[in-house]
Amino acid sequence: MKVSDLPPPVERDANFNFAYLDERTKRMIRRAILKAVAIPGYQVPFGSREMPLPYGWGTGGIQVTASIIGPDDVLKVIDQGADDTVNAVNIRRFFQRTTAVAVTSVTTEATIIQTRHRIPETPLHDGQVMVYQVPLPEPLQKLEPREAETRVMHGLADYGLMHVKLYEDIARFGHIATTYDYPVMVDGRFLMAPSPIPKFDNPKMHMNPALQLFGAGREKRIYAIPPWTSVESLAFDDHPFEVQRWSEPCALCGATDSFLDEVITDDRGGHMFVCSDTDHCRLNRQDDDR
Amino acid sequence: MNVSIDLSGLGAGFADASIGSQTVFRHCLDALSHPGKVIAVEPSITLSTPAEMHRPAAAILLALLDQDTRLWLSPALRGGDAGSFLRFHTGCTLVETPASADFGLAASGADLPPLTDFAAGSESYPDRSATLVVQCAALTAGSGWTLTGPGIRDRARLSAEGIGSTFTSQWAANRAGFPCGVDVFFASADALAALPRTTRLEG
Amino acid sequence: MYVAVKGGERAILNSYALLAQARRGDASVPELTLDQIQQQLRLSVDRVMCEGSVYDPELAALAIKQAAGDLVEAIFLLRAYRATLPRLGYARPLDTADMRLWRRISATFKDLPGGQVLGPTYDYTQRLLDFTLAASGEAQAGPVASPQSEAGAVPRVVDLLGNEGLIESHEPSPGDPEPVDLTRVPISFPADRAARLQNLARGDEGFLLAMGYSTQRGYANSHPFAGEIRFGLVDVEIEPEELGFPVSIGEIEITECQMVNQFAGSKTEPPKFTRGYGLAFGASERKAMGMALVDRALRATELGEAADSPAQMQEFVLSHTDNLEASGFVQHLKLPHYVDFQSELELVRKMRAAMPESGAEAA
Repeated sequence: MKVSDLPPPVERDANFNFAYLDERTKRMIRRAILKAVAIPGYQVPFGSREMPLPYGWGTGGIQVTASIIGPDDVLKVIDQGADDTVNAVNIRRFFQRTTAVAVTSVTTEATIIQTRHRIPETPLHDGQVMVYQVPLPEPLQKLEPREAETRVMHGLADYGLMHVKLYEDIARFGHIATTYDYPVMVDGRFLMAPSPIPKFDNPKMHMNPALQLFGAGREKRIYAIPPWTSVESLAFDDHPFEVQRWSEPCALCGATDSFLDEVITDDRGGHMFVCSDTDHCRLNRQDDDR
Repeated sequence: MNVSIDLSGLGAGFADASIGSQTVFRHCLDALSHPGKVIAVEPSITLSTPAEMHRPAAAILLALLDQDTRLWLSPALRGGDAGSFLRFHTGCTLVETPASADFGLAASGADLPPLTDFAAGSESYPDRSATLVVQCAALTAGSGWTLTGPGIRDRARLSAEGIGSTFTSQWAANRAGFPCGVDVFFASADALAALPRTTRLEG
Repeated sequence: MYVAVKGGERAILNSYALLAQARRGDASVPELTLDQIQQQLRLSVDRVMCEGSVYDPELAALAIKQAAGDLVEAIFLLRAYRATLPRLGYARPLDTADMRLWRRISATFKDLPGGQVLGPTYDYTQRLLDFTLAASGEAQAGPVASPQSEAGAVPRVVDLLGNEGLIESHEPSPGDPEPVDLTRVPISFPADRAARLQNLARGDEGFLLAMGYSTQRGYANSHPFAGEIRFGLVDVEIEPEELGFPVSIGEIEITECQMVNQFAGSKTEPPKFTRGYGLAFGASERKAMGMALVDRALRATELGEAADSPAQMQEFVLSHTDNLEASGFVQHLKLPHYVDFQSELELVRKMRAAMPESGAEAA
């Protein structure tokens, strides 16, 4: 079932190569992606190109998607979990215009899901590819801005700096004060930035059957988590990793297991909580109707 | 080593360079993400490859090579058309020594030098390593080596016929050097499979 | 009941229409032509070509028109276009001693071979608004100028100093290796000088100006003198493999700046002058001079000087020169961040709730 609220298929704009990038650029990116899959969590430098969208707006994810997408793919694009936010719409339009591939908002129908800031609530399956847009690929950058230094730390698997930072959080606040882009260890070797997803989504990365690719256009890095790979959120024995919980269900579909966005309803402190994953919310409501 | 190209005898590459490369790349991505998975190359990828090259091997290299890549050919491939075929279709540079290659193509397991002859990258840049394409007589899933590691839920089995008995011990050394190391694609007559450097092999 | 905001697609299409209207302005005013932009806003065109890394005045004019005069936006348009162009070959190094000069000045010598040529410059204008321009009163058609090209090559000041051994010489590295191409390969640190100069040449003029300025105010003082600034036309040559000799494919206007800086010398080396180098497309003196100051500052480590000022820190400087990267990332804060914000909101509430007298201290 294709969702009818997405715009109809469009003709491919013949002024541009399939998926916009020239073939040589795609090859360069594809080689980087293969290296990324072979070294899970390691950031592969790549010759990121200027895209017709600004840096910081998904150019890394767009270049990854453009390099893997083919005519038979079905593409889903989300931002903040929603298919209809303006940036998601804009990126989806870009790919419709340059590839004319089928698009969907249904998570299970998609072969490629490009995302900013969320992992869908619906479990992914083998054969799907998640493409994450990444603003800051280096998890250590806020602690050590010099790449020459962080590169050595990754080479030696010396992540003491990050443990110290988290420990200082605990000493100061009684708990770890990172709520999104919460650092993970991939296959027990590389410290990795999961991109600014809420830590609520971190457990979904662990032993996920889908291939997860990460593109950082401005910082010119690509990295990956192969399917069925261990992804652990950093924690201490006496301070285990915990995700956010809400005391209320989604006001639209009643879900109690999803990440909820707070919506302000008036200027007197009124607010409600709704699913950030619009496809998940829609599915739940559909099930209720039956 | 620059080979002067005789165009008359060259076989055809991808019918559609853009879609052909993309299709084969997705095979490679699927294989590397699922070590041991045997993937039949789409019949639509018709290539007139030189006699000594398997179609999947040619397809992988046509999909991934270009002017920015250096290719090393195993001794058994030097006399034939493989070099001019790949140079013509991709613009890659042929190199004499395995250590200076981004990609290596071996006619068979017997024609493959020690894995340590190839670039394995450095601790700071483990991606500056070689990708090898090794031709083999047959690829069978479900028997042979036992594989574990990223990309594999529990364990996978793969048999690559004719790869040679020293490969598993060489591979163990390659695995032990992680994050440095080489990655390997096997190519039979019609299928491909891959071993990223993360995979552990037994048997 | 609240319904999630839909209609992103329609909103985007509407914004396109509004933008087109805003760009055009009052339709009763004649539309700008690309010729007008090229001829009468040439310094804008030069900057867009330089930071856009494409020498094509017509495309730069188009980008300026499309961007409604926002030069950083125009640079973005040109770069995005450039990224799709095939690479046909590499030019030979430009020989700037062979430039046909519109302008050539040296602050280090009163007179020198080739002379001082003031050329077209705002330097000695009195910055008074010229109301005759407002009244479309342009009438003073002077003699048609042409660049100075008699007597052939005009020697560069640094070459004159070099003859006496007073300034460092720059020989190509052993084997004369190909410089890295930063438009194809990401920069890696430490970056060599060829990579640094490429990065600076594409860098934002305002950023280079500010960083260069900081070196004059005590942050990495290197006692600069404007050894020479020249602006003019230079041939671009390629040498096709099958020909074996160079052929000219056209000429471009460039500005070159050679800063001459003091160097106290060391135990092994006698005191001499060192150099900072700047090059820009078109007439872009401010850019070329800022670049030369920053280039020299970035050579601190190589010359055994302390490297503790911002302009001397190559990761700091080179990672922040590009205005596409900077503008994109700063402005990406406009994109929705409500998922992350929700996470922070929850954390702050939790932390406040955990405090015994929550809110009491704030009052």
